[in-house]
Amino acid sequence: MAKELLKGNEAFAEAAIRAGVEAFFGYPITPSTEFLEHMARRMPKLGRAFVQAESEVAAINMVYGAACTGKRVMTASSSPGVSLMMEGISYIAGTEVPAVIVNVMRGGPGLGNIAPSQGDYYQMIKGGGHGDYFPIVLAPATVQEAVDYISLAFDLAEKYLSIVHVVVDGNMGQMMEPAELPPMREISDEIPEWAVRGAKDRDPNILTSIYIDPEDEEITNLRLLRRWKEVEKNEVRFQEYQMDNPEILVIGFGTAGRVASSAVRDARAEGIPVGLLRPITLAPFPEGRLEELCDQVQRILVVEMNSGMMLDDVQKIVKGKVPVEFYGRLGGVTPLPDEILDEIRRVSKNEGEISGDPRDEWMDRLEKMRTGDQ
Amino acid sequence: MVEAKTEVIYQRPESFTDVHTHYCPGCTHGVAHRLVAEVIDEMGLREKTIGVAPVGCSVFAYNYFEMDFVEAAHGRAPAMATGIKRVLPDNTVFTYQGDGDLASIGIAEIMHAAGRGENLTVIFINNAIYGMTGGQMAPTTLPGMKTTSSPYGRDVELAGYPLKMAELLAQMEGSGYIVRRSLHDASNIRKAKKAIRLAFEAQERGLGFSMVELLSSCPTNWSMSAQEALGFVEEKMLPVYPLGDYKVTPALQELRV
Ligand SMILES: Cc1ncc(C[n+]2csc(CCOP(=O)(O)OP(=O)(O)O)c2C)c(N)n1
Ligand code: SF4
Repeated sequence: MAKELLKGNEAFAEAAIRAGVEAFFGYPITPSTEFLEHMARRMPKLGRAFVQAESEVAAINMVYGAACTGKRVMTASSSPGVSLMMEGISYIAGTEVPAVIVNVMRGGPGLGNIAPSQGDYYQMIKGGGHGDYFPIVLAPATVQEAVDYISLAFDLAEKYLSIVHVVVDGNMGQMMEPAELPPMREISDEIPEWAVRGAKDRDPNILTSIYIDPEDEEITNLRLLRRWKEVEKNEVRFQEYQMDNPEILVIGFGTAGRVASSAVRDARAEGIPVGLLRPITLAPFPEGRLEELCDQVQRILVVEMNSGMMLDDVQKIVKGKVPVEFYGRLGGVTPLPDEILDEIRRVSKNEGEISGDPRDEWMDRLEKMRTGDQ
Repeated sequence: MVEAKTEVIYQRPESFTDVHTHYCPGCTHGVAHRLVAEVIDEMGLREKTIGVAPVGCSVFAYNYFEMDFVEAAHGRAPAMATGIKRVLPDNTVFTYQGDGDLASIGIAEIMHAAGRGENLTVIFINNAIYGMTGGQMAPTTLPGMKTTSSPYGRDVELAGYPLKMAELLAQMEGSGYIVRRSLHDASNIRKAKKAIRLAFEAQERGLGFSMVELLSSCPTNWSMSAQEALGFVEEKMLPVYPLGDYKVTPALQELRV
């Protein structure tokens, strides 16, 4: 199929439709609204369910209900809306039914702004809702990748009876980019044995997240953890760039990773031996690969559009074997390739140990740069 | 010899499981459950019904109904039911909710389910209190009524007035059948059953949102005997919550069940 010029949010929504999503429930919020608007245009025409809910709380609980029927179902929102969904997300996780949630992240905390951000890393990757559960988190960096991974998201959700978050930022939601959409997939008429469809010729199915006896909840938590271990074993995805004997490793996901790839290319042109690791699954994190790379590189630079959230995970894996530095932009500011290139140049000359939190020096540099800006 | 004919005149509905409930003695939750099960049996809906249980004393309702069930988050049953019904429009979907669930934390979800005219049936248990959490004030608690969180009696200056959900929901254009009944004596229980029947008939006929509010007792948290509690429903609750048909869509008015 030919490439089309598509706006991110619309492409993601269309990708979900082509992947056979049977119901969409959502609430408008910038910068994800075009997702909902695309669904509003398309779903009723296809005879599929679309509801503009009264709130994100209601939207996710509609998703929960529809997920219990075993049909493909999703919602899309942005940071403040996803915060409201956390209750339902936890219930869905506890009930072990599949659902896909797209978060087009924006600046925060609070009402923040509508500019692109990666500030929801902790919320999305570490669970966000209450209780012991492990969401799968995909972080594509281009419209095409998001289109491809939305379909994967449904497959993973169903395979592991799990929440799958697809996290992108406002850049990707709003950007026009050529992408190739998959062909329309037939809607599966398979009914999972656990689904509620009416107890005809079988015992009733009961779907609940309540395990009033702690022993039963423990068994459930353990089952979720075992399932998560399978996910960790099978589903790690990442992309590497310019990995020909790198001495410096840049790590970034989503838009930050994409901007970093331009900087890495330019730095290579200057002769700096630098490569890029871009995690696509933030959960499960490409831990094994990063461990291997620790033996090959001399320095790591983590680039994010937040205050160093993935940095924590990277440091946990690197365990001090290699000095880790950090560069981030905050609050909805997207770093420019030149800023990251400057960072790579700086890091390439920096040979000493990093004492303490790498954020300390970065904050000083950022503040200096910001006052220089004015 | 004349053959003795035995005729079953009363038995456990097929839609009911053969277990003891966890409800307190004298609690009307059990009565309400039974009425729903009888109606589902009579209408032959069991095999296509999906129930949505709330958070509240009836959180385990699914243990008592012999049919597919899901268990919602507190107050979200109408949203969850919407999700189910929108993808399975030919199935029968009902929620069963208490007054904290429906009229407090879940008031947005219930109002909008009615506003959208969701083709659902809601069984609403108004016992004027939070049963499960041990007797706190509900939005439906009567003025002056003592609860653990209104220990001096509900002071309307501070804690506001009871919410009258049947009256509120009847305002919604999407509502097809909105009535209030009571479970405090046999004749009212019979009327309640008829209303539940009409509510499910409304759904089967695609006539929009239907809700039966049932005035109910909570002897445990009212600190009364079962009998006293039924008296309280009759004497204290009925004046605040008048029984009646608040909205009956014309297509249902003709229906005789
Ligand atoms: C989000 C959330 N908040 C609070 C609770 C605690 N809680 C459980 S049941 C309940 C009230 C139930 O009262 P009602 O809906 O009137 O039902 P009843 O128990 O009287 O049948 C509350 C507040 C909860 N489970 N979830
Ligand atoms: S606490 Fe009240 S509502 Fe709950 S089961 Fe006991 S009597 Fe019924």
